[in-house]
Amino acid sequence: MTGYLRPTSLADAVAARAAHPDWLVLAGGTDLMVNAPHRPVPAGIVDLWGCAELRGIARDGETLRLGAGTTWLDVVQSALVAAHAPILGAAAREIGAPQIQARGTIGGNVATSSPVGDSLPVLLALDATLGLASPRGRRVVPYRDFATGYRTTSLDADELIAAVVVPVPDAATRLSWRKVGTRAAQSISKVMAAAAIHVEDGVIAWARFGLGAVAARPIRAAAAEAAAAGRPADEATARAVADALAGEIRPITDVRSAADYRLEVAQALLVRFVLNAGRS
Amino acid sequence: MHTPSGGSVGKSLPRVDGVAKVTGAAHYLDDLVVPRLRHGVTVRSTVAHGTFDGLDLDPAFDWSQITVVTADHLGWGQGLAAGGLGQNHIAMLDTDQPALVPVGGRIKHVDEPLALIAAPTRALALAARAHARPRQTAQPAVLAIDDALRAEVKLYGDDNVFKQFLIRKGHATDDELEAAMAGADRVLEGTYHTGAQEQMYIEPQAMMATLDGGIMRIAGSMQCPYYVHKAMKVLLGCDAEQVVVTQTVTGGGFGGKEEYPSMLAAHCALLAQASGAPVKMVYDRDADIAATTKRHPSRVHHRLGLRADGTIAAIDVDVIFDGGAYLTLSPVVLSRGVLHAAGPYRCDVVRVRGRAVATNHPPHGAFRGFGAPQTTFAYERQLAKAARVLGVAPWDHRDRLALRPGDTTATGQVLERSVGTDDVLRAIREAAGPPPTRDGTNRHGAPVRRGRGHAFYFHGAGFTGSGEQRLAGRATVVARPDGTFEVLASSTDMGQGAITIFTQLAAEALGVPPEQVRVPDPATDHVPDSGPTVASRTCMVVGGLVDRAARTLRLRVEAWADAAGIKGDLATRAAAMIAAMIERGGGDLVGGGVAETVQYEPPPGIHWDDATYTGQAYPCYGWAGCLVDVEVDLDTREVSLLRCVHAVDVGRAINPVIVRGQIEGGTVQALGWAVLESVVYRDGKVANASMTNCIVPTFADVPDLETIIVECPYPYGPSGAKGVGEIPMDGPAAAVANALEDALGVPFDRLPILPEDIARALRPGGGAGGAGGGAA
Repeated sequence: MTGYLRPTSLADAVAARAAHPDWLVLAGGTDLMVNAPHRPVPAGIVDLWGCAELRGIARDGETLRLGAGTTWLDVVQSALVAAHAPILGAAAREIGAPQIQARGTIGGNVATSSPVGDSLPVLLALDATLGLASPRGRRVVPYRDFATGYRTTSLDADELIAAVVVPVPDAATRLSWRKVGTRAAQSISKVMAAAAIHVEDGVIAWARFGLGAVAARPIRAAAAEAAAAGRPADEATARAVADALAGEIRPITDVRSAADYRLEVAQALLVRFVLNAGRS
Repeated sequence: MHTPSGGSVGKSLPRVDGVAKVTGAAHYLDDLVVPRLRHGVTVRSTVAHGTFDGLDLDPAFDWSQITVVTADHLGWGQGLAAGGLGQNHIAMLDTDQPALVPVGGRIKHVDEPLALIAAPTRALALAARAHARPRQTAQPAVLAIDDALRAEVKLYGDDNVFKQFLIRKGHATDDELEAAMAGADRVLEGTYHTGAQEQMYIEPQAMMATLDGGIMRIAGSMQCPYYVHKAMKVLLGCDAEQVVVTQTVTGGGFGGKEEYPSMLAAHCALLAQASGAPVKMVYDRDADIAATTKRHPSRVHHRLGLRADGTIAAIDVDVIFDGGAYLTLSPVVLSRGVLHAAGPYRCDVVRVRGRAVATNHPPHGAFRGFGAPQTTFAYERQLAKAARVLGVAPWDHRDRLALRPGDTTATGQVLERSVGTDDVLRAIREAAGPPPTRDGTNRHGAPVRRGRGHAFYFHGAGFTGSGEQRLAGRATVVARPDGTFEVLASSTDMGQGAITIFTQLAAEALGVPPEQVRVPDPATDHVPDSGPTVASRTCMVVGGLVDRAARTLRLRVEAWADAAGIKGDLATRAAAMIAAMIERGGGDLVGGGVAETVQYEPPPGIHWDDATYTGQAYPCYGWAGCLVDVEVDLDTREVSLLRCVHAVDVGRAINPVIVRGQIEGGTVQALGWAVLESVVYRDGKVANASMTNCIVPTFADVPDLETIIVECPYPYGPSGAKGVGEIPMDGPAAAVANALEDALGVPFDRLPILPEDIARALRPGGGAGGAGGGAA
């Protein structure tokens, strides 16, 4: 018989998780329910949907704090997100369809850690951090180090994701986001890219590129970032970024797309981001 | 003299099944609960070609509540009445497809049924299946058309050819054809490929069987109750009366529920007999995509001989369809494919060759358009290339060449009436407007390129040749003593609106309000065989029967009433007239009512020769023009469909909203086939068998649709109606490919055209596949 717990506070949720480290943690269920017929029945389920304190978006100093249970609909409707992290709102708007957006959560997306998780490149580009909770206490980890491999993370067996914290970018940081999917809505991504590009006097001080669906996990494109840093936001730099990217990702061919296409489009997206940053 | 009119035809009566479906009151098969019900699941092959060596059942599993059926140890040949069965094959056109591969028998495709399992719950059935392991030995498989034609591995006969056709017009030998082609000033040659397409009806395949007092009762989601009925008689070895097939509320078909329901009914029946309990089988989506029929992949080679003045000197088409592992309906699909392959254009010398070949793919089968979309794609790509080479505007070019009354088709059929060419072309040219601006930038700041494409096509309504005469479909209209009427026909409503159309036609002919007409769910024990619900024939042919039966019934009742001194007409005195007529024995009584049954009669002057494939291939044709504007994102190669104008001649729109729905739905399905839908086969297995990965359009993918209903009445259709179901599927894909060539300057001769294909075509040294002909 499958066990089921529905804690209503983070403290209870942490206790439930610690007591049953082998149970499935369910947030919105938009990934887990789709895959349920294809995996073994779990020993039990810890359902976080009832934890109101996990849900909500707040400004906290120079950061935005999103509770792990915050839904994509919450993100889409948030004025704070629209003002300070518009690419997160843009990504949320392209997740599934409104029904999915009303159930799917940011914490669920981070924990599932699919290479095609729609918000993950954005969190990389925004240099988000994660607030994790366990009976041992709380810790804060950079999101960049969280996804360790194909659908694996550094989350400990007794830990829950409590919050996603996004630093508020300054006015000189240009944000870009684009999802290339199998169709215009309700689609799994073929390629995703997000960028935060800091431009001063036409020169890129630094750039962060987050990519999805081009590797086993969502990744930062470090070589491409290095190729952009300190260079003018122009065609030559964009070309150098594209070349550097070709050296650091090796996308695959699967039922959804082809390796050569994924590389070509990932390059084209970063080129466009650099050029758009130079123009704005 | 009274003018008969119920005022129903031409009005958009709300769908009579609409409220029940929207409110959830309609019961689909899976909603039906019966006592002692068992749930069936299928054990399937995992090799594309090989032998089935046996089924191992895990001894550690508790099999006490489980029924397991393989084709062995069943009483084949004994007949249902003796507690046995008939023959282990699905009776359709051939006998080559078994209901279950027998142990020791040959597996011909992945996901082929090997054994069946039933249990009191679906979960238990699935658990049991996980403990049942089929032993299989793999052999080399045939997974490509050329491998099939080489016939080193033989799957069907000596040559792997299920069926071939040859159409010759204006020549007697291949040499004469070549001479005519040589006489052309220019020959455009192209090879066109199209992929498989999944119907993706919203309700998966679903069926239930109950053996009840020696009668096998089958209920389920289907298009053609009498096809299932025929298959069950053969499988069970029984008389017609020992099988009753009832269609339940059906959530979409698109051809996908034309032949496959016979397989599912067979499985339910085998399990019902073996378990002694009612058995329900409802496919989950992944199994449905993986195992059931899809549109035939095709390769069409097309040669178009053009004179300097732009007219066509000769057409030569070679059509090959991948039929998959069993014959199913491939010969008929191929027939429609070759009959449309020369297109609706004037040409005195035409050769069309067609072959459907056997491969180790799951069988391909019926899908809206039924072979015509594949050949339409080829000829409309050729026409577009010709217009470009000749420097003629696309509509001018087609206008000049298109068939008109008095012209002959490839089979020598002289077109006499209901030819919508001029009206369709006029309507679509008026709606066309200026083409989109060629270059621009989209909301992502990416450069875009835009283009416009055109297509013109026709689609034969009803069965091919003498098919309707052979079938001799019947329909009945019954007048009840309470003044209501019932339409009895085996045509099914699968969401396309058939029963609403029948209601309107009957009401119109009877001169009564539509509220007085009812169309009960078809069941083979109380509706006559009106033929299958296919081939754009339901409104034109069966609707024609309903119309005629209702008119005849009305005349009979009113004449009887007049003689009996009852004044008035049906509209005002129906109950009184019919009650009196029944009481005084005034007519044939069926189920307590006065019944009128009519049988199909061909229009005068129909002649078709099956041996030479000449004559009147179809009683009439629908005609259509399509215009598509596209935009390609040059960063991502993604295609946005901006606008689609579709003008379709339907003869007469009995219910304009339903007709519009048919056209819009077919258009979207065709646009999806063009740029989104890809069935990925790997080693003979559908690799993307899920709704997540087997992509069909959502509303977000749909362009602005401008649907123009053109009405060139067909005098032998009810109120002038002809077919509408399939023609919208035929041409939009070609229009999209033509628009993409217009935008990007490279040819696209292979469907689907995915962003990956566009990227490949635009790379230096790339090419979109297929020969570009003289279009460069």
